[in-house]
Amino acid sequence: MAQRFVTIWFRHLKTDWFCRRHPELRNAAFVLAAPDHGRMVITESNPLAQQQGIEPGLVVADARAMVPSLQVFDDDPKLPEKLLDALARWCIRYTNIVAVDPPEGLKLDVTGCAHLWGGEKKYIRDINLQLKTLGYDVRAVIADTIGAAWALAHYGDISPVIEPGEHRKALLLLPVSALRLETILIERLQKLGLRQIKNIIGMPQSAMVRRFGPELMHKLAQALGHDEEILHPVFPAEPYRERLPCLEPIVTSTGIEIALQRLLDVMSLRLQKENKGIRKAVFTGYRIDGKIEKIEIGTHRATFNSIHLFKLFEIKIATIEPALGIDLFMLEALKTEKLSPRQEILWETASGLQDIGLSELMDRLTNRFGPEYIHRYVPAEHHWPERSFRQASSLHETTESLWKADRPRPLQLLSKPQPVEVTAPIPDYPPMLFRFQGKLHTIKKADGPERIEKEWWIEEGLHRDYYAVEDEDGKRYWIFRSGHYSEDMIPQWFIHGFFA
Amino acid sequence: MLLSKTDIIAGLKREILSLEGIGSGRNGHILDLGLGMMNNAFPDFCFPLGSVHEFISNTAEAAAATTGFITGILSGLMKISGVAVWIGSSGSPFPPALKAFGIEPDRVIFVDLRKERDVLWAMEESLKCRGLSAVIGEIPELSFTASRRFQLVVEQSRVTGFILRNHPRSLLPNACVSRWKIEPIPTFTYDDLPGLGFPRWNVELLKIRNGRPGSWQLEWAGEIFQLIPVPSILPEPKRKTG
Repeated sequence: MAQRFVTIWFRHLKTDWFCRRHPELRNAAFVLAAPDHGRMVITESNPLAQQQGIEPGLVVADARAMVPSLQVFDDDPKLPEKLLDALARWCIRYTNIVAVDPPEGLKLDVTGCAHLWGGEKKYIRDINLQLKTLGYDVRAVIADTIGAAWALAHYGDISPVIEPGEHRKALLLLPVSALRLETILIERLQKLGLRQIKNIIGMPQSAMVRRFGPELMHKLAQALGHDEEILHPVFPAEPYRERLPCLEPIVTSTGIEIALQRLLDVMSLRLQKENKGIRKAVFTGYRIDGKIEKIEIGTHRATFNSIHLFKLFEIKIATIEPALGIDLFMLEALKTEKLSPRQEILWETASGLQDIGLSELMDRLTNRFGPEYIHRYVPAEHHWPERSFRQASSLHETTESLWKADRPRPLQLLSKPQPVEVTAPIPDYPPMLFRFQGKLHTIKKADGPERIEKEWWIEEGLHRDYYAVEDEDGKRYWIFRSGHYSEDMIPQWFIHGFFA
Repeated sequence: MLLSKTDIIAGLKREILSLEGIGSGRNGHILDLGLGMMNNAFPDFCFPLGSVHEFISNTAEAAAATTGFITGILSGLMKISGVAVWIGSSGSPFPPALKAFGIEPDRVIFVDLRKERDVLWAMEESLKCRGLSAVIGEIPELSFTASRRFQLVVEQSRVTGFILRNHPRSLLPNACVSRWKIEPIPTFTYDDLPGLGFPRWNVELLKIRNGRPGSWQLEWAGEIFQLIPVPSILPEPKRKTG
């Protein structure tokens, strides 16, 4: 399919934006100015000011002398970039591939898009009309190449639709500056009498390159479609993106659910064909007032099960605020993975951590509560009880080290050891009595001590001497003494857990 | 006649039990958890799987003992298809200690939730997941509605649920299949050797549907349960006639 491109030229990008922000300026002459060598120089003037002869480059004081009612605003050099980026995002409704063309244009790859608007004429008219409603004075041209579309947008005054294959003819009469050349080059060409593109188009290429450098011929080839021109889209090409425009703005959750369901069905069908699954997806609603509503989900395992994905999104649908309505929905898979072949074979029968049902459950829990509430632990090579395990990064992570069961460990560990009062024979005997939460426990049986050092390379501190003890009722505790016995310091005892 | 009368009756009894939602695990697979004589208390002589059990503990020590008993049962359950979900407040149980009860701690997924509403939701969602062998939830106050919902879910999914009720305020009737109370008792060492023996508990089965409540003394002997011979099952209550 032949490619088609649109370039949009914003003739008065900045001043139009100022009018949009301050409607009262619509019928006033005003200019934007920036300091240059200690004086204020006009950088852009609105059409009304231009009619009165105020052109960019003039000093503000001179302009004021010409038009006393002239209003002057500060220019922001970063403004066009910001505006174009926002406008490019707005243009997503016309095509997926939009690139900015600073300082005052947009480039769109519209291959295969125009027929949705009922033809290229209507398409271009819609772009012009919509941007005009936003308050921008634009000229948009559709052609076979970006170069030709740009040239005709800026310099052509014929129909904005250049039929396929006609761009060469349309370019012939345009001035050389329509080729997006540097000013110096344009001046040199004009000095030599090469004013129009038709003057250079028939010249032998080698002679032109020798005289003017490769740039000129490259730009010409781009405009004619011999050389490719690369677009850098504002939205990086996302392979998995589905869009659903709505005839009427959607305001109800049922409507949103239907839209989501449809998008998921289309997406999952495609993923299934390509043997891929979603790991991360975002569902976006474009509101008619220009705001964007988003919900995002993640999965523990690549999946194209639309029912499961729907359930994950469903929990979050309530957070979407449709306000006046949403007229475009977009589902995008931010991260996809190839499905492992084993997963398909053992679809229903797999058990344990490989189970599909389990990872779907994990997805639901994670999406509702957040990943910080769901833990799986793997052993860590530390003796210090609080550090003897660590959080696993995924459902499938395994480690070389094994869980140790050679030492008694309590099933219930207190998150913070609590001090207890003890009566203990010196030096290394288990205590005879201890008092915990006001109750006195007489120790009948005891195991220990098990000395655990505080791993000085991680943290400084006293070692612990642990005892597993059982009281007269058969209740079992894990208590420890912090540090050595010494003459000047009485060591503190703590309870750290309950054995089963 | 090939089948004797007792066989037919046993078969019918099993059928009734399955209609009542008490199963012996998935696919009719009978699982020996090493509970020995204790099995006599259960319907169909087997620890009821695919149902929800309730455990009462009033002290931290009893809670630890309960955790131990459940973990022991869990180790048997997880041998078939191994993953459990543990829903509760953070810090319990201590993962490395599970190993001593025959569970690989990395096969347990811990969900730490504070709000009761969230715990109930997570518990129900987890019980729906057929791939799990068991779900353990810390729910101090369990309403009849919640327990009924759990029971209905597990009748479909055949997952076994354990509900830990630490310091419950009220013990109103609910739809759980059984109610247990486990207390630690002194361990035993041969010849009065120093140190602690295997963990021992007094296991009280306060309530069991279609079974006979009782009380036993049980020890976790490293890898399996061991019943300590003491007077056990209470006499069956006399049925009222007429």
